[in-house]
Amino acid sequence: MQTERRVISVVVLNEHGVLSRISGLFAGRGYNIESLTVAPIPSGEYSHISIVTIGSAKVLEQIVKQLHKLIPVLKVIDHEREKTIEKELALAKFPISESLSDIDALCRAYNGKIANVGEDFIVAMVADEPDRVGNFLKAIKKYNPKEIVRSGVVAMER
Amino acid sequence: MELNGSQMIVEALRAEGVKTVFGYPGGAVLNLYDELYKQKYFEHILTRHEQAAVHAADGYARASGKVGVAIVTSGPGFTNAVTGIATAHTDSIPLVIISGQVAAALIGTDAFQEIDAVGISRPCTKHNFLVKSISELPLILKEAFYIARSGRPGPVHIDIPKDITAEIGQFNYPSEITMKTYKPTIKGNPRQIQKAAQAIRESSQPVFYAGGGVMLSNAVKETRSLVELTGVPLVETLMARGTLAAGDPNLLGMVGMHGSYAANMAVSEADLLIALGARFDDRVTGRLGEFAKHAKIIHIDVDPSSIGKIVEADYPIVGDLKIALGDLYAQLSEKFDKNRLSDWRSRLSNYAAIYPLGYDDEGDAIKPQWVVEEVGKALGSKAVITTDVGQHQMWAAQYYPFDGANRWITSGGLGTMGYGFPAALGAKKARPEATVVNFTGDGSILMNIQELTTASANNIAVINVVLNNNYLGMVRQWQTFFYDNRISHTDLSAQPDFVKLAEAFGAFGARAAKKEEFLEAFNAAIASGKTAILDVAIDRDENVLPMVPTGGALYNMILDYKE
Repeated sequence: MQTERRVISVVVLNEHGVLSRISGLFAGRGYNIESLTVAPIPSGEYSHISIVTIGSAKVLEQIVKQLHKLIPVLKVIDHEREKTIEKELALAKFPISESLSDIDALCRAYNGKIANVGEDFIVAMVADEPDRVGNFLKAIKKYNPKEIVRSGVVAMER
Repeated sequence: MELNGSQMIVEALRAEGVKTVFGYPGGAVLNLYDELYKQKYFEHILTRHEQAAVHAADGYARASGKVGVAIVTSGPGFTNAVTGIATAHTDSIPLVIISGQVAAALIGTDAFQEIDAVGISRPCTKHNFLVKSISELPLILKEAFYIARSGRPGPVHIDIPKDITAEIGQFNYPSEITMKTYKPTIKGNPRQIQKAAQAIRESSQPVFYAGGGVMLSNAVKETRSLVELTGVPLVETLMARGTLAAGDPNLLGMVGMHGSYAANMAVSEADLLIALGARFDDRVTGRLGEFAKHAKIIHIDVDPSSIGKIVEADYPIVGDLKIALGDLYAQLSEKFDKNRLSDWRSRLSNYAAIYPLGYDDEGDAIKPQWVVEEVGKALGSKAVITTDVGQHQMWAAQYYPFDGANRWITSGGLGTMGYGFPAALGAKKARPEATVVNFTGDGSILMNIQELTTASANNIAVINVVLNNNYLGMVRQWQTFFYDNRISHTDLSAQPDFVKLAEAFGAFGARAAKKEEFLEAFNAAIASGKTAILDVAIDRDENVLPMVPTGGALYNMILDYKE
């Protein structure tokens, strides 16, 4: 069966254990989680969870329905790709000996900058669409990154 | 008003109209049990195992249509309860389970009798709560009952740290409640119902497929009216037995693995399948690609996630079944030409005539089907029938003359051995006027036999009919059919003396190896006014037939089996 990638936003009551309910639903039913990010919505009792998942149309439909079924879930948004803005953050650490100006130029091309310069390492950050973050991570290979941390996707309808 | 946490629980149970709770005390619920000792609003039945407390609450809920309540302590008290909770969850039974937890400050320290109870119960409850503060306890109690009984019902678990059961707080128990994030859809979409009605009018080979939702939604009357109006025949899942009264000409029998030939053929040949609160369980569908493959599907269910989960619905209707059926009736009542279905109905009658349910009653050995029929003749719809899980369960489902809601109580989804006896005790508390019979097996009955004490101590009289074949019968049947008769560890001939066992617990015991002995023992059991164990020696090699092998198509049934 053909699978597709989907971004799903879930607005949940900001209560203890709620993330475990969401991740438990995926684990218990064998659904995939590609990435999951969560943070409280400012000035409210809710949190926003962005989930990237992969599955067949039938599985994706079930994921949305099963998420709806959880008691603390207020809203589930099954994002259509063309109507959604997706952003992802990545941090990468390079030896100080690498070319600072090259890395800086690369970062700028991907909505980023040098976030920190220390005695031994520099840390670069970019925030861009997931595909572009992937490209950035490929491009920086030749600068010998020592450590890379990538966030999950956050998504919002246009 | 100011109350401590334990008093709040007692007051909430009173406000919810709870008459009976089942439970087992322990360290973490001592404060609550002290309060139970003082109150006079409801009765507490002390079971001898926490699993049985939850099954009893479950049987109570199924027999009464109300929310069942069980109380257990922390740690092992809670983990013992999990099988009961999971059983209720799979069958969508409304329960509120209250468990004690170690004091809030000790949570996460591996304290004595500590377990992550909400972590364990999360996948097997409709919802659960860990109470973190006395201020949230009243609302949590209210929400628990509301969630348990509304929408698709289910068990709700509340884990309460011991210190909170002693802490004092404000208790204002709301009479009504609305939740921002939980609003089950009750009324089905009118346009969809209109389309479904049109599909029923246009079909020439329609079948109603009734599931447990008919019972949970209390929609037996509405289903019967619609069947009467349309003349559309009906098949029942295990959970929906009794939707139509036994003998109703519109009833084709049970569908699925051990369904009747007529029911399974009807579904296989239908051009329209109207699923009423049924979830297309694999024990019903058999091989999915062959299930109702000529049929358009109307699926009515209060749980949107049940629709389209297994089988795509052409006409999905989300809503409470009772209301949706009323709306559907209104749509159809003007003009429905029953005669249009006469060819279809006569074809199905023919199927029923060619392969009726039946068994070979020659020889001296008691046939289990005969036992079920005899109990049915004696009690009919006056009885509440519970079962454990196994061959006896299927024989009871096939041969008992069911009629109506809340009279047939069985663990359908999870298939929990040990369920029947404690569920029977709960059912008897809910329906004291009814005779309660638990059909069980020699394997199942031993799984919660300790509840004989609960029965004796509380004068709860139920009759356990042990269909004893000295086997773990259903597993033996599969070994016989599909594993070349290698009877691996299902021979249960090493048995206790069930009669002495019953007597040791203060119950009535009798043994039967001949038909007349059974009838005598059954009447004596009823006359004894006690809980009874009737140890009935049945034909050891009897199988449950018809049978659709796992993964097989419904229309390929084993109708007869000879080694």
